[in-house]
Amino acid sequence: MIKRILTFLCTVLASVSLMTTLAAAQSKPLRIEITKGVIEPMPFAVPVFVAENAAAGKYARDLTKVLAADLTGSGIFREIPSAAHISKITNFNAPVQFSDWKAINAQALITGAVSVSGDKLIVKFRLFDVFAQTALGDGLQFVATTKSWRRMSHKVADAVYSRLTGETGYFDSRVVYIAEEGPKGKRKKRLALMDYDGANVRYLTDAKAIVLSPRFSPNAREVIFTSYETGSPRVFLLNVDTLKRRILGDQPSMAFAPRFSPDGRKVVMSLSERGNSDIYVVDVASGQKTRLTNSPAIETAPSFSPDGSKIVFESDRGGGQQIYVMSASGGAAKRISNGKGRYGTPVWSPRGDLIAFTKLNEGRFHIGVMRTDGSREKLLSASFLDEGPTWSPNGRVLMFFRETAGANGAPSIYSVDVTGRNLRKVNTPTFASDPAWSGLLK
Amino acid sequence: MTNILIKLSTMVVLAVGLTACGDRFPGGAGGNIGGIQPGSVNDPTSLAYFQQTIGDRVLFAVDQSTLSPEATDVLNGQANWLLQNTQYVVTIEGHADEQGTREYNLALGARRASAVQNYMVSRGIADNRVKTLSWGKERPIEICSTEDCWSKNRRAVTVVSASLGS
Repeated sequence: MIKRILTFLCTVLASVSLMTTLAAAQSKPLRIEITKGVIEPMPFAVPVFVAENAAAGKYARDLTKVLAADLTGSGIFREIPSAAHISKITNFNAPVQFSDWKAINAQALITGAVSVSGDKLIVKFRLFDVFAQTALGDGLQFVATTKSWRRMSHKVADAVYSRLTGETGYFDSRVVYIAEEGPKGKRKKRLALMDYDGANVRYLTDAKAIVLSPRFSPNAREVIFTSYETGSPRVFLLNVDTLKRRILGDQPSMAFAPRFSPDGRKVVMSLSERGNSDIYVVDVASGQKTRLTNSPAIETAPSFSPDGSKIVFESDRGGGQQIYVMSASGGAAKRISNGKGRYGTPVWSPRGDLIAFTKLNEGRFHIGVMRTDGSREKLLSASFLDEGPTWSPNGRVLMFFRETAGANGAPSIYSVDVTGRNLRKVNTPTFASDPAWSGLLK
Repeated sequence: MTNILIKLSTMVVLAVGLTACGDRFPGGAGGNIGGIQPGSVNDPTSLAYFQQTIGDRVLFAVDQSTLSPEATDVLNGQANWLLQNTQYVVTIEGHADEQGTREYNLALGARRASAVQNYMVSRGIADNRVKTLSWGKERPIEICSTEDCWSKNRRAVTVVSASLGS
């Protein structure tokens, strides 16, 4: 059974007579800069979307709630609660009373309407700059099945985020991770999939074999991960829809730490022979492998640059665990981590500008980012054990896992802005580790 | 003589059983030789003796895979036992404590297991009798988060099983 990927119809609504005068058209458009880390979130109002028929009532309420949670959760927007609203929106096409929204200091206003037709859900929305009394961009309409109503919220949130920040969003995305259960010495681990906000959890493997460090293919239809299914660590490729899986290529020895190339045609991973781990690149279609490093050191955790030309990885060739960059075809590598302590799990940002990493120093673990030449190191978190950063599709947010100490210690997934602000726990039904974020869904 | 025969036949049964499940087993067999309970910790051919008297594991310093003098003492005992009990093969299982990243620790566990494997081979154990497996930090034996536990988790455990060919 192959599930068809959902197609969203997206239509620009006629932005007609309803827009009030262009009185403030000469002022700068409403825009929030997120580069420096937002200290004062932008206040917005999102009155419950108008239900245009009876069947749409529940969807309208739930959709609005998820939309508000997306925006608030980003840390750069703040919702003005509905109790403070003066105006009610009961007709999507009626003129907006800007003074009512200005009075409660809502800088942005999102209005929307929802209707249900059979198993189809139709969502329309508009975004307004309240103080300029003008629409920001055209109205948009999304059509999808009712089952995927949460994705409609995320799509609207991405559109709003994009118009207000000038950057692409990250809400319509998924995370593959390891669901953990049971006592610390005998953890059961399953591969799991969820929406970026922790909703719609689905398990992709049973708990018979230990599974580790999954990562998405660029189109998020496949997951590459390490499993003990055959008795020792091997790299498997799994189709998310069919759940069919196979060992990738010829792996005579222990294989681990896989990650896709940006074009999805190759996987870079570690193979360990007689205790020596080196980095190989494997062609997904043919299984043919090419060795990229050749040293007695531990060489692992490889990650491609978004243009596919370079690979960042960790090695202890200099004596301790540090981060290096080499050409995607191997050869000489340049060490880029220079601070105190050990550095591992490097991941190249989808924007290409930064490398996220785990740092171990004086008994503490940190998630951090640095430029691709190793300069401007910035630590974003600190705890007993923070590990394994993964980038949001737009390179503005990181997820990682935090494990608590002691006999009852257990991992949970957290997210944090690349600025170090807005640390949040992602709620999951079980303990959770090794998150890997998809790109924006299509 | 009868006792020995019984013991041998039991061993064969045991070995067959093992081949089927491929797992560790408590070891030993029926019968009683010279007052020593076969299979008990006092029977030098038993797995209990291997595990408890010789010791089935060696420990490592933080982020290291070099063998300490204590470790080589234990491994000398293991190697001698394997030279005398040729019906067995071993898997060296390498582990790391939780103070490291997951993938690095997988590689570190492999390196530790390999250090033991190389030493065993240097002591005359045939290469094909010693396999390795890394668990990284996935299977701590002690679960507290202090050096007390971590020092016991940084280990390589020699897991004995019956050889297919014996």
